[in-house]
Amino acid sequence: MKIWNVSIIIVSAIALTLVSLWIGQQAYSWLPPQAAAESQLIDDLFSFLVTLGAFIFLGVTATVIYSVTFHRAGKYDFKDGPPIEGNITVEVVWTVIPILLVLWIAGYSYQVYDQMAIRGPMEVVHLHTPMGMESAYAAPMDSSTKPVENIEVNAKQWAWVFRYPNQGVTSTELHLPSDRRVHLAMQSEDVIHGFYIPAFRLKQDIIPKRTIDFEFTPIRVGKYRLTDSQFSGAYFATMQANVVVESAEDYDKWLAEVATHKPSPAPNQAAAEYTLQTKGLIKTGWPAVKPAQPPLVNYSN
Amino acid sequence: MTNISVKDINITSGANPDHEAGTGWKRYFSFSTDHKVIGIQYIVTAFVLFLVGGIFAMVIRGELITPESDLVDRTVYNAMFTMHGTVMLFGWTFPVLVGFANYLVPLMIGARDMAFPRLNAVAFWMVPVAAILLMASFFVPGGPAQAGWWSYPPVSLQNPSGQLINGQFIWLLAVAVSGVSSIMGAVNFVTTIVKMRAPGMTFFRMPLFVWAVFSAQIIQLFGLPALTAGAVMLLFDLTVGTSFFDPAKGGNAVLFQHFFWFYSHPAVYVIILPVFGIFSEIFPVYARKPLFGYRVVAISSLLIAGVSALVWVHHMYVSGTPGWMRLIFMLTTMFVSVPTGIKVFAWVATIWGGKLRLNTPMLFALGGLILFVFAGITGITLSSVPLDIHVNNTYYVVGHFHYVLYGTVTMGMFAAIYHWFPKMTGRMYNEGWGQLHFWLAFIGTNLNFFPMHPLGLQGMLRRVSSYAPEYEFWNIVASLGGFLLGMSTLPFILNMIASWMHGKPAPENPWRAIGLEWLVSSPPPVENFEEIPVVISEPYGYGKSEPLVAAAGEVHNHK
Repeated sequence: MKIWNVSIIIVSAIALTLVSLWIGQQAYSWLPPQAAAESQLIDDLFSFLVTLGAFIFLGVTATVIYSVTFHRAGKYDFKDGPPIEGNITVEVVWTVIPILLVLWIAGYSYQVYDQMAIRGPMEVVHLHTPMGMESAYAAPMDSSTKPVENIEVNAKQWAWVFRYPNQGVTSTELHLPSDRRVHLAMQSEDVIHGFYIPAFRLKQDIIPKRTIDFEFTPIRVGKYRLTDSQFSGAYFATMQANVVVESAEDYDKWLAEVATHKPSPAPNQAAAEYTLQTKGLIKTGWPAVKPAQPPLVNYSN
Repeated sequence: MTNISVKDINITSGANPDHEAGTGWKRYFSFSTDHKVIGIQYIVTAFVLFLVGGIFAMVIRGELITPESDLVDRTVYNAMFTMHGTVMLFGWTFPVLVGFANYLVPLMIGARDMAFPRLNAVAFWMVPVAAILLMASFFVPGGPAQAGWWSYPPVSLQNPSGQLINGQFIWLLAVAVSGVSSIMGAVNFVTTIVKMRAPGMTFFRMPLFVWAVFSAQIIQLFGLPALTAGAVMLLFDLTVGTSFFDPAKGGNAVLFQHFFWFYSHPAVYVIILPVFGIFSEIFPVYARKPLFGYRVVAISSLLIAGVSALVWVHHMYVSGTPGWMRLIFMLTTMFVSVPTGIKVFAWVATIWGGKLRLNTPMLFALGGLILFVFAGITGITLSSVPLDIHVNNTYYVVGHFHYVLYGTVTMGMFAAIYHWFPKMTGRMYNEGWGQLHFWLAFIGTNLNFFPMHPLGLQGMLRRVSSYAPEYEFWNIVASLGGFLLGMSTLPFILNMIASWMHGKPAPENPWRAIGLEWLVSSPPPVENFEEIPVVISEPYGYGKSEPLVAAAGEVHNHK
């Protein structure tokens, strides 16, 4: 009888493991395409966490559902259940296992973060720690390539403007060369904005009056969306821009061509809506912050 | 005669003149100092605000059912999500739990009332004041606050209406009032639990709900001053031109985030700990088994309170936070899963092999448990820095958060309302309507909040009033789930009103539960206990049938 019980538990555990592994593999398809080198690392971590999570969730839920199905009291059964108050061994085991899991997850997450080396602001708190973050700078993901592009990102209510200082080009569309590490210097003119490209899995707040450094490596040619990830006021949802990742040649060609364009005001949804609002039929009369001047750029989409 | 202590007077004389405020419905509109009246005042007020916050949610889900911004103005939308978050947190979850704690803690520890009954009443009456303030902001020229319930500067410092009395100003006042009220409550609860326990009610004989309230209120004591101070500083920045947080004038915008999250993450544990307490009360009764690992579960509440002081930066991984800080707070945040895991395993072990009865309270508790396990797992993914960088401020977070606050907290509150309804009103609720309510709420919760996870993973941001067409499918599902969730409260409201007026009279202990509150009549008399009980055993003695209290005349043997 005991062997029978043990084998049921073993079979269930194996089945649970297989199902969890399968769900963990599915996790990749829940995410946008992997358009930056960093996204591959993050997706692997996510798949790992989904596998673990599925195992725990299904394990707990199955146990509860089993009890609810098979341990119901009959209509006239007013007896109590067995008065089991605890079991030290079991309690120690289920305290130690989560602690080990936490250390494992934290260690793996640290490793991924270290490899990403996306930078971000270090100047806020001047503390030299033994946690190895400095060395992370020395060894970014692809140590053979130093960041080749330095692009200035300027966020304001509600527009993105990108400036390529070497070519003197400004644009409302962010063009990036594929397979090269890029360096962004991000600034905000007014409130906190957030730089977020879901396909890159990367996000960084842009704090006013500070320059935020940010590094990553796009790897997949295509067109993606950049959004403002930190609530920035009335027209928050309109603060979007296209991100075009292209081959190095196409990228250089684009820069050279755009440099010849004359700067002109870019179309801006927030500004358009702000003017429309005053003509609307149903008005609450609630004022909104006036959008910043449409930026003058060499290139807009 | 000469050596009677203050404690004796409080507990045994029970001569509180305010308690003679009558017994009819009118006492609920009076400045009553009876903890039971105050408890019900809190619960009913909170529920009304829950409905208000729910209506705001319906507007939000109505707007998001299509990708375009076409139902309300963007300013109105921003006010809706700001007020939804504010009302649901400061108007529903905190007050409703304080209401239950108010009602149950003195009964559960064998006291006649809270330590400071008048402070208790003052603390309650500040809640309607804060709520009326908030609602009044709909009528000022600029409309209500629109900066989100976080109110991050500099957005919250922008004042397009140009008026001194604007929505953000009122919002900050209301938050400060609510903060002061909660600090008063915290002082009262901690004092009551430490000083007013009946003879024999040692700490390790306290019900787990009392442990949970105790731990949660300790968080209030260290955390709330930070939020209240942050709110007052922001108010000064907004009105008199100080520059704590305004970068344009040399202030530090990120500093506010530290003030805010230093309290507002632990606040989640303030809310959820009592719900864990409620689960721990309910599972043993309806499984007819002692709570598995009582002492570990009790201590885990205090552990959660302790660790909670060291997790706030996980809201700020992308806020310009240096790498070492991101990593330290990742580890502390993940460690919260250890004491919560202990609780979950203990509940599952309590249910295992029991004699289960799936009455409405048990259904809500089981549903809440399963939804909480899901929320806990997504919580771990959020604490991991690299993954959080991707999903931070997306609907993934909103989904996680609503599994915690609707799936767990609100389900737990409904479990508590049904479980203690006979005690509070002296009448039984209608079981069929209760079960209908559960199933509508459980299905609605999952339809509403599950789709937020795929949306967030795909990159849909929170607080947007319009979105890319590719997000439409899951938004439609979420909105339909939201409307179902809204409807699910109808059978609840009908059940509560009809049962309170015409329900079957409830006996003292309809669930055959163990606990001091079940030893008194339903509803309990004004001063709770004719004679203060003497506790002689640990709680949750299901299956052991040992008496909880000493019979009259036996008292001296058990000192």
